[in-house]
Order: sequence, then C-alpha cells, then structure tokens
Amino acid sequence: MKPFWFRAALLTNPGAPFRLGAIGAVMLSVAGAFGYAGGWLSPTRLTQDRMMAAFQDVNGTHAGFRRNHAKGVCVTGWFDSSGQATALSKAAVFRRGRVAVVGRFALAGGMPFQTDAPATVRSMALRFLLPGGEEWRTGMNNIPVFPVNSARGFYEQLLASSPDPATGKSDPARMKAFMAAHPETVQALALIKKRQVTSGFADSTFNSLNAFRFIDAAGASVPVRWSAVPVQPVAASSAEPSTAADNYLFDDLIAQIVQHPQQWRLIMTVGQADDPTNDATLPWPEGRRQIDAGTITIDQASSEDSGRCTAVNYDPLVLPSGIEPSDDPLLSARSAVYASSFTLRAEEEHEKPPSAVTAQEVQAGGKL
Amino acid sequence: MTTQARFPAASLLLHWMMAPMIVAMLFIGVGMAASVSARYDLLVSIHRPLGIAIFVLCVIRIVNRFINPPPELPDTLPSMQRFAAKASHILLYALMLIMPLVGWGMLSAARYPTVLYGPLRLPPILPHDLTLYAWLRDLHTVLAYLLFATFLVHFAAALYHGLIRRDGVFGTMAS
Repeated sequence: MKPFWFRAALLTNPGAPFRLGAIGAVMLSVAGAFGYAGGWLSPTRLTQDRMMAAFQDVNGTHAGFRRNHAKGVCVTGWFDSSGQATALSKAAVFRRGRVAVVGRFALAGGMPFQTDAPATVRSMALRFLLPGGEEWRTGMNNIPVFPVNSARGFYEQLLASSPDPATGKSDPARMKAFMAAHPETVQALALIKKRQVTSGFADSTFNSLNAFRFIDAAGASVPVRWSAVPVQPVAASSAEPSTAADNYLFDDLIAQIVQHPQQWRLIMTVGQADDPTNDATLPWPEGRRQIDAGTITIDQASSEDSGRCTAVNYDPLVLPSGIEPSDDPLLSARSAVYASSFTLRAEEEHEKPPSAVTAQEVQAGGKL
Repeated sequence: MTTQARFPAASLLLHWMMAPMIVAMLFIGVGMAASVSARYDLLVSIHRPLGIAIFVLCVIRIVNRFINPPPELPDTLPSMQRFAAKASHILLYALMLIMPLVGWGMLSAARYPTVLYGPLRLPPILPHDLTLYAWLRDLHTVLAYLLFATFLVHFAAALYHGLIRRDGVFGTMAS
C-alpha cells in the first residue's frame, strides 16, 4: 500500500514517480556525503575511533583514565617570564611577569598502574593561564625526537605492539615488519635510546618534539621547538632504582617538591629555514639559537584524584595568539586523539578507580 | 501553478545566508569528530566561530520572524502536512539556537578556550566539570544528527512542494 501523498501526487501529476525518485536520489546523495565525511563509508580511513580502539587493544580498558600517559600526578606553580621571548612572539605569556601554571607529570603508555621504570618515557604537561582568558597548553617528553612522524605511523606502531589474542604477547615479527616500513622510526629510536636517562622527573629535560611557529608583533614568523631544562642538578639514573616502590619516580618527585620548589628553564630553540618542521622524528642541527624565555617553578603536587590537572586535556593546539601550529601533521593528530581520549574518560568518570598515586601518598610526601 | 506571496526580503537573506553555514557546520562537525588528519585543526578553527555566528544570526532571525511573519501555507495543504511543516520549523529554529549553546557550554565545561579569531575568546558559560562536559558532548552529537535529519526532511519537503505538489510554496523561498 502506497502512502496517501504518493497516490495523491500520482493522480494530479503524471511525471511524479520520476520526480519522487529524483528527490529520493538527492536525499541519498546528501546523506551519503554526510556519512562519507563522518568516515563510515571508508573502513580503512584512520579515524579517532579507530585510534582509540588501537589504544584499547594494546592496553586493555582502564575506565576514566587517559588513553596514553595514563599514570600521572597533578602539580601547580608559576612561570616567571624573562621577557626575552617577546622578540620572537607577541604572546602575552612571554611579557616580563608571572602567570599561574597547572601541570601534570606522567609516564608514557596507556597503563595507569604500570610500575615506574627508568626507561619509560616521562612527560611534563603544562597549562599556562594567561590574563584575558587566553591559555597555552603543552605536553613535553624526555626524549629528543618522537618515534613516528604521522598519525598513520603512530597507529601502525600501536597495532604492531598490541598483544596477540592467542598468546597475550606482542608478535616480534609484526614489530619487525613495522620497522622495515618505517625507517624514520628506526633512526628516531636510535636517538631516543642514546639519550641520558636521569634519576627522576625533577632532573629530566622535557622537549616539545613538534615544531611551532612564533609570531612577533610585526607578524613575522619563525619555527620554534621548546624544552624545559631542569635548574636542579642532574644525576644519572642508577641501573637499579633506589627503592623498589611501584611509584618511586612519582614518590621522589613529590618528596623533592615538598622539600623545595622544583624549577625548569623554558628554552626556545629557533629553527632556520631548512630545519624540518613537519617531521618530529628529525632533530634540528646543533648550535641553533636558543632563548631563555623564563623559569617554571613547581611548588605543589596533588593526586590526580583531587588535582587541578585531572579535568584538563593537555591539547597541544590550545595556543595563545602569538604561537601557531607548524606544518607538523602530528599536531592535528595529537589534538584530535587527545580530544577523543578526553571525551571517553569524561564519560567514564563515574566508574574510574583511584589513581596509582593516591591523595594519601601525596599527603605523606611521597614516602608511603 | 498557484502563486504565493514570497517571504520578505530580510527573511530570504537570512535563510539563504544561514543555509550554507548550517550545512557546512554539520559536515565540518561530523568530519572533524572523525579526523586525525592535518585538516583537523583547520576544521575546529572554523567550527567554533561559525557556530557562534549561526547563534547570533539565529537570534536575529527569530526577531525578524516576529517583525516579518512568513507567508501563509496554501489552503490546499492537508492538515497533517501543515502540522509537519509547523513542527519541523519549530524544531529547526530550536536546534539552530540550542546547538551553538551546547557547543559553547561543552567547551566551557571542559575549559577548552572558545576561540573566535586571533586573541578573541568567549568566556566560559559553565563550571569546569568533566561529567557535565561528557553529558553535553554526547548531547551535541545527538542534536547534530537530529538537525541533519531535520534538514534532510526540510530539503525533501521543499523539493516535494516544488516538484510534486507545485503549490507555490517552494517559490516563496526559492524564487
């Protein structure tokens, strides 16, 4: 039985079936285009959902935690700008003066209860709260370069390291195939392996890895990578950690902050015309101009369960006017994937178990 | 073909200015929610100010609708279709108004800056709260699908008036 409007149309209008068909075709095309834009018609396209699924394959499900850099603590402090970076960037954060900072130290990987180990990549994420509602967020790692230079590379590396459902272990043959297809990763990992691993978070140097562009008051732009370089003396990591505690890196950091505020210089490295800005696996040559933009001071630590960093997505594309993204495709990829991870953990917030580093542990000065 | 009074010029202008903006917004939104490509940043930086622009235009449009009422639907239109037309327009107006507010609200609850352009940012309108963010983020998606479906029905109904019924309704907006 045809609907009434169809019969009515047919009576008054002999060409109607054809025209109805045309209307249907237009609707299908528009809906199809919408589905295409949403990635539903392209099973091989790398989407945010597929990236999240890959993290889950590797790490399992940990409701309420970040999909990567899952184990961490919140910190707060401030940034004293030296005023020296104003020559490169008009961003208000670089004007002489002080802005509040909400940060997070974490270990790379999606396992929120992993045991601290010297070689695990450490990260420092910072949120600079500028006057007038502007913000600058950055996530930095204690490695000199990033192991991959594209979202696809990152995804394939995740897949290659995901455990085989049969054995529960990752398949070395898959990692070998990944390395063969990604010579840039082989080169980057060699540099990463050569890095000096220090005794803890407090004496680690954290690098932006991605390049950005600084825009000065006249509108001129230069490529920049930045680093947080410790002010406190640097000690090499001993082969055996000082304590066997699961959270020794975090406990040490908390104890050091209680003892004395910990500080890092924010060093801007200015790239030259030929320095790669679109490939985070490639270091810039030695001897590039460096500018000491100021000092980061961290004087408070708190557990993620009560800390001010928990509800923050350290999206590297939250930038103030005066800092712009470079042509590095990883910046968009990180921003997109962080947003997905943030949404998932926000949805799971009510089922999140306490973090590895608890409020009691921080209260006890990291000496639990 | 029956001749109908056209929409007033201000209404035509608002409709045809906002139509491509809203359709673009839906496609940008669904695209950026999937994308991990280099386009993601560009899409986000268009989506936020465009949404706010749609909100401002929608407020103007609602005021305009009271100043410049739309032409009456033809008497020949069956009452069911008359009802569907009224209901779908109320839904369209509600979604045009609510979607940007939910978007701005969810960014506020997550403390993402609502960047318009350069240093220009809108202040947060809600407290910093993960659970509130999660709720609004999901609502934003559901309402976006509803708006897309309503747009499709609106578009199909317009073509139905223009190609099948030929009752002049299509021409009140499209000629």
